[in-house]
Amino acid sequence: MRPLHIRNSKGRRLSLDPSTVPAIELVGIDKKFGPVHANKNINLGVAKGTIHGIIGENGAGKSTLMSILYGFYQADQGEIRIGGRPTVIRDSQAAIAAGIGMVHQHFMLVENFTVIENITLGVEGGPLLGQSVDRARVELQRLEKEYGLEVDPDAVIEELPVGAQQRVEILKALYRGAEILILDEPTGALTPAEADHLFNVLRILRDQGKTIILITHKLREIMAITDTVSVMRRGEMVATRATAETTVEELAELMVGRRVLLRVEKGEANPGAVLLSVTNLTVKDSRGVTMVDNVSFEVKAGEIVGIAGVAGNGQSELLEAIAGIRKPTSGEILIDGQPVAGLDASRRRDLGLAHIPEDRHHMGLVLKFEEYENSILGYHRDPKYGRGALLDLDAIRADAEEKIAKYDIRPPNPRLKTANFSGGNQQKIVVAREIERDPKLLIVGQPTRGVDVGAIEFIHRRIIETRDAGKAVLLVSVELDEVRSLSDRILVMFAGRIVGEKTSDAGEQTLGLMMAGIAA
Amino acid sequence: MEFFDIFVSILGSAVRLSVPLLFTALAGLFSERAGVFDIGLEGKMLAAAFASACAAYVTDSAWMGLLAGIGVSIVFSLVHGFASITNRGNQIVSGVALNFIALGLTVVLGQAWFGQGGRTPQVSGEGRFTPIILPGADAMREVPIIGPLYVNVISGNNILTYIAFLMVPIAWWVLFRTRFGLRLRAVGENPGAVDTAGISVAWMRYRAVIVAGFLCGFAGTYLSVAQSAAFIHNMSAGKGYIALAALIFAKWKPVPVMLACLLFGFLDAFANFMQGKSVPLIGEVPVQIFQAMPYILTCVLLAGFIGVARAPRAGGVPYVKER
Repeated sequence: MRPLHIRNSKGRRLSLDPSTVPAIELVGIDKKFGPVHANKNINLGVAKGTIHGIIGENGAGKSTLMSILYGFYQADQGEIRIGGRPTVIRDSQAAIAAGIGMVHQHFMLVENFTVIENITLGVEGGPLLGQSVDRARVELQRLEKEYGLEVDPDAVIEELPVGAQQRVEILKALYRGAEILILDEPTGALTPAEADHLFNVLRILRDQGKTIILITHKLREIMAITDTVSVMRRGEMVATRATAETTVEELAELMVGRRVLLRVEKGEANPGAVLLSVTNLTVKDSRGVTMVDNVSFEVKAGEIVGIAGVAGNGQSELLEAIAGIRKPTSGEILIDGQPVAGLDASRRRDLGLAHIPEDRHHMGLVLKFEEYENSILGYHRDPKYGRGALLDLDAIRADAEEKIAKYDIRPPNPRLKTANFSGGNQQKIVVAREIERDPKLLIVGQPTRGVDVGAIEFIHRRIIETRDAGKAVLLVSVELDEVRSLSDRILVMFAGRIVGEKTSDAGEQTLGLMMAGIAA
Repeated sequence: MEFFDIFVSILGSAVRLSVPLLFTALAGLFSERAGVFDIGLEGKMLAAAFASACAAYVTDSAWMGLLAGIGVSIVFSLVHGFASITNRGNQIVSGVALNFIALGLTVVLGQAWFGQGGRTPQVSGEGRFTPIILPGADAMREVPIIGPLYVNVISGNNILTYIAFLMVPIAWWVLFRTRFGLRLRAVGENPGAVDTAGISVAWMRYRAVIVAGFLCGFAGTYLSVAQSAAFIHNMSAGKGYIALAALIFAKWKPVPVMLACLLFGFLDAFANFMQGKSVPLIGEVPVQIFQAMPYILTCVLLAGFIGVARAPRAGGVPYVKER
């Protein structure tokens, strides 16, 4: 093995010479869950004081590998070495003792506890809380100062923004003396600004000598922050590179095993008749806060209108109002020229509306249903799928199989429980159901959230095909890249208002400033 | 001052009637704060009442009765724990099953052992917890207002009553000021956080249900060898469910739990008092109306008049490590 020499972002030279002992080393890790071979003979070494990225599609085995490191599972075979010493990690306690800290994708925090209670949980330092909490407070202040992780120790978790909750998770690990920090999809729920903050913290941690393993499926993050990167595909570690010596295209190809188009190719739009018209729409949320404030716009046949904005600026409520899930306070919505006030979601579908909701788990699918049941959800009254109160299961399953083939949903089994599909395939189930209705107007929220690269490309192509077939498409996404590459026109939402309209060639900087409410 | 005397006597009776509710609701507090719903409080109380009456009769010692009550109640808790923690069964089904077992088993065993139609023989003397007259009760008798309150409400209760009210600050202290309490509350909110912190979720929950069993043992003992002097069929008469309602009404907090139990105790005492009396302007009202009051109140309160009662978030959900 040839020694790799790379520089981290501060210009410090890092030696990846195999003769120096890695902070953590996995040798021949193998894990099976029944017939699923989640990890196949994984070998990996991460040098101390570096940020190592592990990238792979959903279901590639990244999380399983990290769970083995954190003692959630035992590997069937293989060895973990910490600082060169073989270490058996039987449970979380052993992982903590070995200096491994984990920041889970879904935070492991007690929501109605304070920050300090969460941090001391499990390492209280004595049977009574009084004194130990005071000691923890001192230690916490030191950590906060050292790593730029400011959080109010007495704040209650559920009242903190997601970014701050994540800082608590990191503090929790550091408080337990973690030298190796594993972060699982850490930016999934963060705003771009929060993600930047996180990356700064990670750089500081690295420069102070901590070793960081970052699991993600976002290529940009890998390029932005890691020193080295490993790619996993179908349970195997297929490549390890120095980040500076690789490209987004190469990593994407390694991930999916073939070339992927990261830029979406599409022709000119041919806008036709207005199919969605929104006039002076105002929507309040359940707390009575105005989320959509006097918004007006149109979407025409044959065009994709994208709504860009930081999450929480009213996009979700706007989509729900159009879909008929949330009642607007005032304003008018016309679908294909028809006023839809007072029509429920189902009636609006009859008018030619299809809706791919933002959160597939919450609104798009019933995870405990089998795939074929979800494939007709919301359209189950269609005479094609049954007569009267009875469902025609054969017809539904045949129909589901058709969609599975057309959308390459894997595994191709309509009788499988939906929860057992990967995120990308679940999303394809929703996309297939909605687009195959041949709607006049398609409204789409976060079409590729938590979806792997291969599926993103597929879903993007389907959305453009829908446009090219002369349908109107309204797209809401917090991924600016996605809005820019798919949309023909971009509306920017900030604080419930549409603060401006741009064409798809508007620069990222311009849109970013508008999204932050600085420019119009 | 006739009205005042009546009020004091109802109050004294309210305190005595709220004791089993208080023990049981505190038991539920520990169990549910740890994420284990416990509809089996009723059954544990009943089983403990039976065990306690038997042991007190045989040994002629109320304390041996208490010990037996606690022991049997903890055994029931462990069965509930085995079903719902170790084997991840449905907590409601397990609790209901235990209630039925207690209801049936106590009568069957009582009949087999004593042949008195499911009752246990009367205990007396050392076999019972009897009222304790606090020092100065006689001297206080003549003091206006405070005197009668001291004599009839504060003094003259049995030891278990004092233990019950002492348990309230103890429960608060344990839950909110000790490591055990912190972990117990955490395991009822987000067991994943506890597991990743390197603490055993199962063992934490087992300890919580054992505490619940311990407290239910007191409740049952109070019924059969303090309030009464024998066990009779179904003597808990739904108190376990009322305690559960009080627990929800009190939003799973110790001091409000005590107040809620006192309120239910007061309604109960008031119903007893109104038996055969006529209400001004209305005339005689069937006593059943008053007896139904706690239940009507429960329905009204739980229907949303207490604001949002947020149950421990992981309550009722067996813990499974996610893949």
